[in-house]
Amino acid sequence: MEFDTIAAISTPMGEGAIAIVRLSGDQAFEIADRLFRGVGGKRLKDVASHTIHYGHIIDPKTGEVAEEVMVSAMKGPKTFTKEDVIEINCHGGLVSVNRVLQLLLNNGARLAEPGEFTKRAFLNGRIDLSQAEAVMDLIRAKTDRAMNVALGQMEGRLSKLIQKLRQEILEILAHVEVNIDYPEYDDVEEMTHHMLLEKSAYVRKEIEKLLRTSQQGKILREGLSTVIVGRPNVGKSSLLNSLVHENKAIVTDIPGTTRDVIEEYVNVRGVPLRLLDTAGIRETEDIVERIGVQKSRQVLKEADLILLVLNYSDELTAEDENIFKAVEGMDVIVIVNKMDLEQKIDMDRVHELSKTHKLVTTSLLEDKGVDDLEDAIASLFFEGSIEAGDITYVSNTRHIALLNQALNAIDEAMQGVEMGTPIDIVQIDLTRTWELLGEIIGDSVHESLIDQLFSQFCLGK
Amino acid sequence: MTYEAGSYDVIVVGAGHAGVEAGLASARLGAKTLMITINLDMVAFMPCNPSVGGPAKGIVVREIDALGGEMGKNIDKTHIQMRMLNTGKGPAVRALRAQADKFTYQHEMKKTLENEPNLTLIQGMVEQLIVEEGECKGVITQTGAVYSSKTVVITTGTFLRGEIILGELKYSSGPNNQQPSIKLSEHLQELGFDLVRFKTGTPPRVNSHSIDYSKTEIQPGDDVPRAFSYETTKYITDQLPCWLTYTNEETHTLIDNNLHRSPMYSGMIKGTGPRYCPSIEDKVVRFNDKPRHQIFLEPEGRNTQEVYVQGLSTSLPEDVQQKILRTIPGLENVQMMRAGYAIEYDAIVPTQLWPTLETKKVKNLYTAGQINGTSGYEEAAGQGLMAGMNAGLKSLDKEEVILSRSDAYIGVLIDDLVTKGTNEPYRLLTSRAEYRLLLRHDNADLRLTELGHKVGLIREERYKKFLVKKQAIEEEKKRLQSIIIKPTSEVQELIKSQGGSELKDGIRASDLLKRPEMTYEHIQKLVPAEGTLDPDVTEQVEIQIKYEGYIEKSLQQVDRLKKMENKKIPENIDYDAINGLASEAKQKLKEVRPLSIAQASRISGVNPADISILLVYLEQGRIARISAE
Ligand SMILES: Cc1cc2nc3c(=O)[nH]c(=O)nc-3n(C[C@H](O)[C@H](O)[C@H](O)COP(=O)(O)OP(=O)(O)OC[C@H]3O[C@@H](n4cnc5c(N)ncnc54)[C@H](O)[C@@H]3O)c2cc1C
Ligand SMILES: Nc1nc2c(ncn2[C@@H]2O[C@H](COP(=O)(O)OP(=O)(O)OP(=O)(O)O)[C@@H](O)[C@H]2O)c(=O)[nH]1
Ligand SMILES: [Mg+2]
Repeated sequence: MEFDTIAAISTPMGEGAIAIVRLSGDQAFEIADRLFRGVGGKRLKDVASHTIHYGHIIDPKTGEVAEEVMVSAMKGPKTFTKEDVIEINCHGGLVSVNRVLQLLLNNGARLAEPGEFTKRAFLNGRIDLSQAEAVMDLIRAKTDRAMNVALGQMEGRLSKLIQKLRQEILEILAHVEVNIDYPEYDDVEEMTHHMLLEKSAYVRKEIEKLLRTSQQGKILREGLSTVIVGRPNVGKSSLLNSLVHENKAIVTDIPGTTRDVIEEYVNVRGVPLRLLDTAGIRETEDIVERIGVQKSRQVLKEADLILLVLNYSDELTAEDENIFKAVEGMDVIVIVNKMDLEQKIDMDRVHELSKTHKLVTTSLLEDKGVDDLEDAIASLFFEGSIEAGDITYVSNTRHIALLNQALNAIDEAMQGVEMGTPIDIVQIDLTRTWELLGEIIGDSVHESLIDQLFSQFCLGK
Repeated sequence: MTYEAGSYDVIVVGAGHAGVEAGLASARLGAKTLMITINLDMVAFMPCNPSVGGPAKGIVVREIDALGGEMGKNIDKTHIQMRMLNTGKGPAVRALRAQADKFTYQHEMKKTLENEPNLTLIQGMVEQLIVEEGECKGVITQTGAVYSSKTVVITTGTFLRGEIILGELKYSSGPNNQQPSIKLSEHLQELGFDLVRFKTGTPPRVNSHSIDYSKTEIQPGDDVPRAFSYETTKYITDQLPCWLTYTNEETHTLIDNNLHRSPMYSGMIKGTGPRYCPSIEDKVVRFNDKPRHQIFLEPEGRNTQEVYVQGLSTSLPEDVQQKILRTIPGLENVQMMRAGYAIEYDAIVPTQLWPTLETKKVKNLYTAGQINGTSGYEEAAGQGLMAGMNAGLKSLDKEEVILSRSDAYIGVLIDDLVTKGTNEPYRLLTSRAEYRLLLRHDNADLRLTELGHKVGLIREERYKKFLVKKQAIEEEKKRLQSIIIKPTSEVQELIKSQGGSELKDGIRASDLLKRPEMTYEHIQKLVPAEGTLDPDVTEQVEIQIKYEGYIEKSLQQVDRLKKMENKKIPENIDYDAINGLASEAKQKLKEVRPLSIAQASRISGVNPADISILLVYLEQGRIARISAE
């Protein structure tokens, strides 16, 4: 629908460390305020226009802090779209930007269509006449392309699953409608709160399942999140550089060189990796380094794959052992680096610590063993040890957003039931769930309910 | 030979349920109005169910009343029983239904028409419209009378080239063997209107004396006095019951064995029938696993023995109908007085209408009721009211009225018709309304009285009463929102007795009322209002507070709708000149010619990208105009 509040990531994906999520529309401030916790509890709606504010984005459902952000608050009409605009600057790269976007979408914003900010700018008289034709072409071309992509996805299992789920809901809806429109019709039992709760719970579970697969879909779209960990100076940054075949990270012989998380994309034998080089993990007094170490541990938690680097020419330390502990239960490849130097490491102990993990030895200085490592990554992935899920599943941000909204709607329906709200009112939320799922597969609305009504029940005079 | 017979502001053709509302509305708002109908003894005749209201439809009757229409008042005077339906459900789907005394219903309505100062009611068969340069200027009857007028409303129901089908028999006829309207249908075609062929049917009627009611279940009316109209003060107390019985295996076998004689299956019937009114032969074929179907026996009036057999609509031959009836418990010895039949008729494709119900082809010509592809008395009456109102307003050079989907079921009905068309006789269902929590039975007056008053259909006295009620609701709501209920032992006792959990702290009365177990009455006990409030007022207070969250949600959706409705599309827009519109969208837009972006977005085949392009185009025009100035 036009004129609602839209949101999108407005820096090119994957470029630069800072990404911006932009919100535009009547409710931009309201929605942002649902998530933003500024210093001293200040609300964006109260701040002066065109000012920037530091704070956190929290997930209102859990109350957890999701991101540390800078937010620009701009009231219309002096904005690009002439509407109220909020820009949220996130530091944490793709993952965090996506999370912020998801939260906005779950809290009332709609994902912008391709070119929609430009379109609004035009509709609100920001762009002049000469650009109008171009905008129209843009809309057509982009939506057609988006449509083709969407259609491609639709042929997969997602479409079938959604259709099945919608049919379930439709039957509930038709049942409720029949109770309403034909109250004297005695063949259908009255839908009870209990029945409704049971059926809604089922629908909810299925939506949740789909959303879980969306995480896996994301891996393939954004790359397998691969974190390089190890003590300082073991050669982590060197490893990143050899995998991307470029000197992206600074390499020195000073322990503690890398102080922040560095992110790079690379395709290893067909497996997309989002490589994260981290600060070496150790106890340290240096404040900046300590923050880096903390971040390393945090990134670790969200990783799909761990590259754990050890130094061949150094003895195993308690810190190494701790790192092994920290990655327990995850997919890990152990890399013993600096093979060109004299052995000091206890390899038996390394094997013991590695358990079933793959183990590769390298000399990054001499460019040896990198092939073995790439083989190990590829085989891990293609042999399916890494849970990347079924790639036909939900991967489109729009779909994920709709699924999340559908989940919210069904939650509200279930809350309604528990509150004892009359069923025909609870049905408003149930219908909404059904419509949201329909938007995923581009199905239109009301007629099919009426069709269902008359094919499911024998009604009439 | 023709002759000049008179000149009017508005002419209404037909005096069925659409026609009477149209004529009354136009006359009441000050237009000099003529009504012409084929047979004066059949004014507001009910060719099918002797009943008015029900889910969605009952709400329409209340909306008609809030807009100054007659249906509610008339049924309040002439029913034999009335019931509130869906009382166990939420407030949004409650609805009244009345069984009518169909004969007094007609007489009362005729009396009202005859006594309406600005209205002339005559008998006649209209055969032609006077159309000059695309504008309708009057009508010509079979007898050559020429009536001229500024606007014309056609409400000819199922009469257009009507054909009755009864078993192997098929003949040209209007409903109930009335004279059909053949020339007018041909004339509409000549004027360039697209017509479709629809079908509907009615069950047999039987003699009450021959029914053994002991084998059926009684269905009494409510013992609380009820009324559709906000003006009704006199209630009918002696009600007649209806009766319930069932078909059985024997009935179904009999139907199966005679299917070859059904015109439905022999191919004799070509018109499209409504799915929601299947004939008994349809039900038996489509739902052949059902062991029985409900049959309601409904008296057609107080001074007749004829009983309507609801559930047994059929076009099987007369002898088979007779036998079917006698398989049903209670009807073993029944005497059939009239056989059921199906009727086929022409309707105009409703996308040829503007949302005012004026036709796009011929200016100043309006159509309403079953001719527009709907079915049902209430659907007809709702359209009749709007068409009559608009024809009247236009004849007086006043601005016409369009109800939005968020204003009324009547708005939903008309918007569906003119935007989407219909490929079967259209019936209102609650599920067609996306804002049904707002379009309630209980708040029709709050939604529409203002408008009714503005166009001149609601009298001052009633309007004043309405304002008083409105204020009382607001005040009582405010009171409950400001008063705090403390957790005294009396309060805790009451809450516990209702199965709720005790208060921990003081709570606003309105918040306590939101609890599912609490009612207005409970709150009233704890914090009594000064003086006694009208039950209509307290009902509103309760509903508005209890469902506030949901109502709020609906209102937000309506807000969005309104914004789209405010994006108007000029009537003279040239869709061919718009780059980028998909060709299907172009074709649909040219056919429907939507008045707003909201309406455009509801047309099937017009997708969001087309809407975006349309918006850009409209904006482009605006900017071009500004720069040219
Ligand atoms: C057999 C049958 C079964 C039905 N079953 C159902 C049902 O189950 N449920 C339901 O909801 N609805 C049913 N209906 C429909 C319901 O009766 C109509 O929807 C409703 O009466 C339509 O109202 P109306 O005002 O449009 O037309 P009508 O009530 O049909 O009135 C038409 C009026 O126009 C007049 N007229 C026609 N042609 C001319 C002319 N050329 N000149 C002057 N006057 C003219 C007629 O005399 C009549 O007064 C049934 C109708 C029939 C006939
Ligand atoms: N001899 C030898 N030196 C290596 C090898 N790999 C890396 N080095 C050197 O080890 C030093 C540290 O390498 P980095 O890649 O910066 O190590 P790091 O783990 O990123 O270190 P921090 O960022 O400080 O935690 C550099 O001087 C590298 O040249 C290797 O295989 N053999
Ligand atoms: Mg480093």
